[in-house]
Amino acid sequence: MYLDHAATTPMRPGVWEAMEPYARDGFANSSGSHSEARRAKNALEEAREQIAHLLGAHPLEIVFTGGGTEADNLAIAGAALAGGERGGVVTSAAEHEAVLESARFVSRLGCPVRVVGVDRWGLVDPAAISEAVDERTVVVSVMTANNETGVIEPIAKLADAARAANPSVAVHTDAVQAFVSEEVTVDLLRVDMMSLAAHKFGGPKGVGLLYVREGVQLEPVLHGGGQELGRRSGTHNVMGAVGMAAAAQATVEDRKRFVETVGAAREGFETRLREAFPDLELNAPVDARLVQHTHVRFPGIRNETALVRLDQAGVAASAASACQSGAATVSHVLTAMGMSADDARQCLRFSFGWPTRVADGEMAAALVKTTLEDLR
Amino acid sequence: MKTLVAMSGGVDSSVAAALMVEAGHDVIGATLKLWQGPDGEAPTAGCCTVSDAEDARRVAAQLEIPYYVFDYTDDFRTGVVDPFIDSYLLGRTPNPCVECNRTVKFSRLLDQAADLGCDLLVTGHYAQVRREATGWKLLRGIDPHKDQSYVLYMLGQTELARVRFPIGDMTKAETRSIAEQLGLRTATKKESQDICFVGVGDYRSFLDSQTDEARRSGTIVDRDGVHLGSHDGVAGFTVGQRKGLGVSLGEARYVTSIDPTSATVVLGKREDLLASGARLSRVSWVAGAPPPPGRVEVKIRYNCSSVPALLDPDGPTCTVLFEEPQASVAPGQAGVIYRGEELLGGGTILSAVP
Repeated sequence: MYLDHAATTPMRPGVWEAMEPYARDGFANSSGSHSEARRAKNALEEAREQIAHLLGAHPLEIVFTGGGTEADNLAIAGAALAGGERGGVVTSAAEHEAVLESARFVSRLGCPVRVVGVDRWGLVDPAAISEAVDERTVVVSVMTANNETGVIEPIAKLADAARAANPSVAVHTDAVQAFVSEEVTVDLLRVDMMSLAAHKFGGPKGVGLLYVREGVQLEPVLHGGGQELGRRSGTHNVMGAVGMAAAAQATVEDRKRFVETVGAAREGFETRLREAFPDLELNAPVDARLVQHTHVRFPGIRNETALVRLDQAGVAASAASACQSGAATVSHVLTAMGMSADDARQCLRFSFGWPTRVADGEMAAALVKTTLEDLR
Repeated sequence: MKTLVAMSGGVDSSVAAALMVEAGHDVIGATLKLWQGPDGEAPTAGCCTVSDAEDARRVAAQLEIPYYVFDYTDDFRTGVVDPFIDSYLLGRTPNPCVECNRTVKFSRLLDQAADLGCDLLVTGHYAQVRREATGWKLLRGIDPHKDQSYVLYMLGQTELARVRFPIGDMTKAETRSIAEQLGLRTATKKESQDICFVGVGDYRSFLDSQTDEARRSGTIVDRDGVHLGSHDGVAGFTVGQRKGLGVSLGEARYVTSIDPTSATVVLGKREDLLASGARLSRVSWVAGAPPPPGRVEVKIRYNCSSVPALLDPDGPTCTVLFEEPQASVAPGQAGVIYRGEELLGGGTILSAVP
């Protein structure tokens, strides 16, 4: 049973079918001047328009990237280094590594970087943002929802707090995880930049986007042929963009059903899990978390051992944080929430996705129970 | 039987895993992440590199067994690296492989194997486990050049009942030839020789990177206390060392003893190194109880042969008296006791018997 949809979810029905023509006949380089190129270019721009519409953005505000990580890099490094400046960055300690490492990168280049803490639920305090933002700050980045715990940040309030401290800051959010189940538009979140990754919501890997509000200045991270209005060079991944657009459309149209079905499945999962493990601890606030995430601590059970056992039993879950070699590491998100390393090593993430059926929740809980109960 | 194979990414453990699969066991492969850089990155040289884990992963895929990486960095730090540093600062010569086997592989990993429902833990060591009427025996590996039983002396009956070394009855050449026959990508991989966590450079620069105390300067004297020179840290010296002493006396001199309290290094002639025996501490016996006093062979360094000696076991410590005086009895190294091919037990060398 696949319970790691937050890592990657399968492609939604119809996505590959939409992409396939551009792997075959529509193969041409969209930057060319012949009819084959125009065919590819048209598909690319249609995809851009479709996605822009879904996000409440103008098509020219959509920059296609090679995924969520690249979008985060472009947002942070691009804004901090725009115009040859050394602009300041404010972000939170529980961000995805793509944001934190980009901040460290520009810090090494001399940009002032401030990382604000989070509370025990992983929430960022708007007051902490307004305190951290100063006249040198050019970009503030807080994720819409955390990829590990699923906690939903008060992005609009954080954006207001940031602008109150410095009206010229650009507010960026990594909405990679949130877009799956939350209504995400750029005006609703009141952000200037937003990152998405297609493979999290039923599209292909290797493609994502950065929404960049008109007027936000960015230094490109990838230099070359000047595609994407000079903001991101490199031959367009036409097939990927088409797949991402199809998946985004399906995600938005299916969202109501998704929330109901996955919500019911998770309810069943967590209820049964609590019966089996009465000391189970939830690591996200019940009133502000993504419907598809269950992030819990099993007191006394090491997650590394649990993951192997679950894998042997056919259950794919996650410790949400792994190093390059594949070892489970202590999550910086949980550390930022004040959790000890020992406790963090007892946490597991189960995440549901669009293929999840209501009954899967209770079935999954039963599997987890039989697989882990004797470890306590 | 359900079996956990510790796979380092080298040819020995690759073949060990392959042999267990061939024998029909239900095998899980695992690599231990033991050491990492200051930012949590995997080392790029020495052992535990990403490329080693990748080799192990690919071999596991070829053998069609599940494969995982376990994070043992905390246990390795407290059980192996910290004592390694402390030992050098005390003027001793530690053997980190022994401590790793004692505190990580054959304790924590053995526990985890049980948690994973595995009946056996398998490694690619060159040593043999045999069940006899009187209990489990630990024997030298068949290949005299590769025998690794020395670093396994701490295994007792409980461990041996659950541990297997499938390549212990093979030579290294046979191991490589099996790897080649099976087309394992690790078949021609170079042997790792260095201390895994030290990486590029020697252990002295590693110590420098870990502690300022390694740089506490002191004096070098001869056996009569005559000042010969100065040094910048006792951790740079090991008993028996001849090269790199930083003093020139016209004839060969050796480190004969180290006093960490006064940071004094004592030099002497080759014959001053000779000891008639060694006292061992933290002694453990494979059988669970000491053998009767008598003739044994003892091995006092990984890279030397065992020599005839008389054993006088006495609780948690014991004394071995060599038939011929031995040079370079270095406190901190393992003293391992054999009778023929059988390993009886061993301990940490506490001091030389003059």
